[in-house]
Amino acid sequence: MKYLGRRLAHGILLLVGASLLCFLFTDLAPGSFFDEIKLNPQISPETVAALRSHYGLDQPTSVRYVGWVKSVFKGEWGYSFAYNSPVRGLLMLRAGNTLLLTGVATLLVWLIAVPLGIWIADHPDAWSDRLCRGGTSILLSVPELVLVLGFLCLAVRTHALPVGGMASVGFDQLGRWSKLGDLIMHLIIPVITLVLAGLPILLRHVRASMTEVLKAPFVQAARGHGVAKTRLLFRYALPAAANPLISLFGFSVGGLLSGSLLVEVVTGWPGLGPLLLEATMSRDLYVVVGVVMLSTVFMILGNFLADVMLVAADPRIRMQ
Amino acid sequence: MTSKKKFWAAVTFLVLLHAVIVFAGFVAPYDPTSQNRNLPFVPPTRPHFIDTQGRFHLRPFICQWISRPQSLYEYEESHDKAYPIHFLVKGPEYKIAGLFSAHTHLFGVEVPAQIFLAGSDNYGRDQFSRILYGGRISLASGLLATLISLMLGLLLGTISGFYGRWIDELVMRTAELFLVLPWLYLLLAVRAFLPLYISPMQTFFLLVAVIGSVGWARPARLVRGVVLSAKTRKYVAASRGFGASDIHILRRHVLPHTYGVLLTQAALLVPQYVVAEVTLSFLGLGLSEPLPSWGSLLANLQQYNVLVSYWWMFIPGLALIVFSLGYLAVADAFLKRLQSTTV
Repeated sequence: MKYLGRRLAHGILLLVGASLLCFLFTDLAPGSFFDEIKLNPQISPETVAALRSHYGLDQPTSVRYVGWVKSVFKGEWGYSFAYNSPVRGLLMLRAGNTLLLTGVATLLVWLIAVPLGIWIADHPDAWSDRLCRGGTSILLSVPELVLVLGFLCLAVRTHALPVGGMASVGFDQLGRWSKLGDLIMHLIIPVITLVLAGLPILLRHVRASMTEVLKAPFVQAARGHGVAKTRLLFRYALPAAANPLISLFGFSVGGLLSGSLLVEVVTGWPGLGPLLLEATMSRDLYVVVGVVMLSTVFMILGNFLADVMLVAADPRIRMQ
Repeated sequence: MTSKKKFWAAVTFLVLLHAVIVFAGFVAPYDPTSQNRNLPFVPPTRPHFIDTQGRFHLRPFICQWISRPQSLYEYEESHDKAYPIHFLVKGPEYKIAGLFSAHTHLFGVEVPAQIFLAGSDNYGRDQFSRILYGGRISLASGLLATLISLMLGLLLGTISGFYGRWIDELVMRTAELFLVLPWLYLLLAVRAFLPLYISPMQTFFLLVAVIGSVGWARPARLVRGVVLSAKTRKYVAASRGFGASDIHILRRHVLPHTYGVLLTQAALLVPQYVVAEVTLSFLGLGLSEPLPSWGSLLANLQQYNVLVSYWWMFIPGLALIVFSLGYLAVADAFLKRLQSTTV
């Protein structure tokens, strides 16, 4: 219990440090949101200066940081210059879309990788083992970018799937089940890309971990006692092999918001990725800070979740 | 094959690939920026060995692409004249290592015909040459960024592991901070907040510095682990007993243990960083036109018509895959070798 309390406090300190770092990075930037407007000769420099002071951009960093922290506690999380609204509403909508995408993809990756990895580990040196090693090597070498572009090209050529976006034209007029079907059709390409990108690493880890455990003496003893194969794999071997997998699960959860940037941008899925890119290009300071901080919160939560699960699953840690 | 043979085979393959990229000027038939506005989006040229009369030629030849009548971007081969492919020809001037200028190219054809081994883009620029020259930039960014990350990681990991106590705490907490921030997001944020309009050379170095300095945390952790375990060895204690200074112990006894870890990390990080540079350039935040980079070459695919009709614009992706495969093979082989020789 104390261990978990310490990890939580550690996480909160990390969050504060991350926010400082993020603010510092974005502040080292020369240039601000209103630089584009300065180029317009019809707008006088005084107007630009007035705009800047209205949004508080001419104040020193520390003052702005304190203002941002106050805004976070107020529930607004800063103010977006481009969208002219508090950052929070913007983030919530986009984060929801992203979570839908990455949630489905992560679920699929884990549902496929764990049983498959266990099965492959059970048949060492068989064709499945070699195929796994070769296949994962190839998949690891193909960058996500090429994968998603390839799938998009396929979709356009075969007219089988909608090309990008999250909803078809006329989405609002569809019935409830048609809406679901439409969403699923739009999900297929990004989800397949994310699954193919995330599968090899997890598969390799599951296989490696299981192979390690299956060599252990207690597994031999259980086999000698006549324990059935499925029970042996899932109730005897898997819990012992779960330690690195739980850490990986923590990473998976932590990466839910940030892992899909490229896929979202290329397929036009309205998530946090395109928002960050847009804000980045237009120097919308608080949106960038907000997005990065939200993803950091998820990462810290993911690590914390992994810690909690490890304590629950591995008695050796409880003993410390 | 034994693990040693596999390792050297993978390394040789990688060295050959890099040699092709380093000598891009020699292997590429054309300058990457020279345009042929009358030949946009030409499909890859097919070398033939058997001509229209059915005769076999030892030296391959190509036919010139001409536009199909009444159409804009469709081409067909004109069989009037066969242009044989010559090797070691004189062509456009290029510089080796930025110092020596030379004229010889590996292959080429006589002037009216153009040999586009990987097709051309909308300005009629030879994609094959652009891939080779672009490879220089993408690979150089990856390698330099890896160097920066590893040096930073080695320095901080060694200090942290060797001197321990509060320095260790400080460095490891900072490393956790860098590890917990989402990598690509941080990269994007940092890159975007640098001036958007700066010279290509400056962009390149800035890009490399940013990518490299964001990723020092993982190597630092690994190095720290190795240094901690090396510090406890008996020969280190003996060395101290003989009055060895810290530097001496580090250099002779501790650092040699880190080489394995560093090389494996290098083999894993280089493809990651090359992909990072390609991603940034694809999104328009890296190097921009007319400098070729695999990312900006792939950015052509963002246009709908290119994505669907011109398959040869995917070839830079293939180059990326081949390089990643090579590096992963080296990393795997090295890991196996390390495991078999670790005490």
